[in-house]
Amino acid sequence: MSAALDLFTIVAVSAGVVFFLAGTVGLLRFPDALTRLHALTKADNLGLGLIVLGLLPRVDGVQAGLKLVAVWLLALLASAVASQLIARVARRAGQST
Amino acid sequence: MIDAATLYGLCAALLVGGGVYALIVNPQPLRKIVAFNVIGNGVFVLFGAIAHRGAGFGWGGDPVPQALLITGLVVAFCATALAVALLLRLFDEAGSATLAPDARPPAAPEAGAGER
Amino acid sequence: MTDAINCGLAILILALAAWTIVARDTFSAVVGFVAYGLLLALVWVQLHGVDVALTEAALGSGLTGALLLYAAARLRATEREARAERPGLPTRVAAALVAACVTVALGIAVLALPDPAPTLAPQTAASIATTGVGNPLTAVLVAFRAMDTLLEAIVVLFALIGVWSLAPDRFWGGRPGTLHHSDPDGVLAYFARVLPPIGVVVGVYIFWVGADFPGGKFQGATLLAAMWLLAVIAGLADTPPIGRTWLRAALVAGPVVFLAVGAAGVAFAGAFLGYPDGYAKPLIKVIEWALFPSLALTLALIVAGAPQRSAP
Repeated sequence: MSAALDLFTIVAVSAGVVFFLAGTVGLLRFPDALTRLHALTKADNLGLGLIVLGLLPRVDGVQAGLKLVAVWLLALLASAVASQLIARVARRAGQST
Repeated sequence: MIDAATLYGLCAALLVGGGVYALIVNPQPLRKIVAFNVIGNGVFVLFGAIAHRGAGFGWGGDPVPQALLITGLVVAFCATALAVALLLRLFDEAGSATLAPDARPPAAPEAGAGER
Repeated sequence: MTDAINCGLAILILALAAWTIVARDTFSAVVGFVAYGLLLALVWVQLHGVDVALTEAALGSGLTGALLLYAAARLRATEREARAERPGLPTRVAAALVAACVTVALGIAVLALPDPAPTLAPQTAASIATTGVGNPLTAVLVAFRAMDTLLEAIVVLFALIGVWSLAPDRFWGGRPGTLHHSDPDGVLAYFARVLPPIGVVVGVYIFWVGADFPGGKFQGATLLAAMWLLAVIAGLADTPPIGRTWLRAALVAGPVVFLAVGAAGVAFAGAFLGYPDGYAKPLIKVIEWALFPSLALTLALIVAGAPQRSAP
């Protein structure tokens, strides 16, 4: 049982890291602000979600697990809002030039 | 392999050195404030590394320097805020944020200024 | 494994610090500084200072970052002028030499630290039971080194007075900062409605558990201040005019209670800031509860800055 949980953790966290890597590559390689945001938020939200999912079997107690999920949800909210605001500024700057 | 305290202590020495360089070289006052914060962080990390060496009694570090670090961080924030407020007032009054003694407001734009 | 994490963290920190030093654009440098501050919080966790990590993330990176980002945006027009003032090669070489000397001296000092390390942990452990709190940092901050914390609370207040006193005469007594407008149905306003209830709960929680676990009034107050500033930036709240009596009373309430408890210590425990036997825990609670709201308000107003509008 514990070996299965370990395997689950390894697979989920590794998949999360792959998403982070992809998002970072996108951040560095994509040509403009909007596509970079697209790469960053999609990949990072999913990557963080997978890492949280992978760590859930390892926490002791429901409370700690809920805290981890709360961290993920708050990061989702913050990155969604921040990318909206950055995208708005980027679009305005793009129109003015 | 060196222990964490030594590693971060050396890291702190580099942070202080880098901050000192930036403080002298960067002409923009806001960059000097950031550089000063980097120096401050270096000092804090060094202090934290020393606190970590004094670990004992189930605590990961000596609580007295750690408590002083919290005090230090708050005071550093206050000093930064005051410096930024001073800088913004200077900018509002003079229309420029330069610290050069012979600087004049950019009323008379010089040809080629900023270009080399 | 831990070594790998520590080395990676140290390299990242140094790289980001280098970025804040060499970046051409001030705004980019400040963004780098914020990221650097968050990584520094991880360094504090690695050094087993979770309380310090919370303070660093909230105050050193968060509020300081907001302050610096705002200033960088305001000062964007001065970028070109500053670049023209860049010192010549001799100055840069001399600065590099000075910096290298400082670094080498500090490095030698780090390698020559005494072994075994001097520590006050035994004394703290021996006396912590008399305070009734479980978090040694809270015990140090509000009992053993209460004088430092008292002076710190007053420094925060003085910083706010200093910031306010930079207001132009015509705005004295007015409202700090510019009036922010945002689309009331927009994403920022939505964020400023959803996040503060959560943030306030987390801030009060961090304050509440500070007696026995990592956390405390500074970290909690910083979160509260950040939530209020978010509402201000989204245009949902406005900064109060600084001339209001209630505002000034709220600002000084914390330090005044702290001073009063300290002075009572002279009468009842024989020393300034002394706590009579058996009363340490309730007195610490009184101080913490009085300081917490005052600190939150003071930190928020420091970030809001000098008055820029006259009161209506």
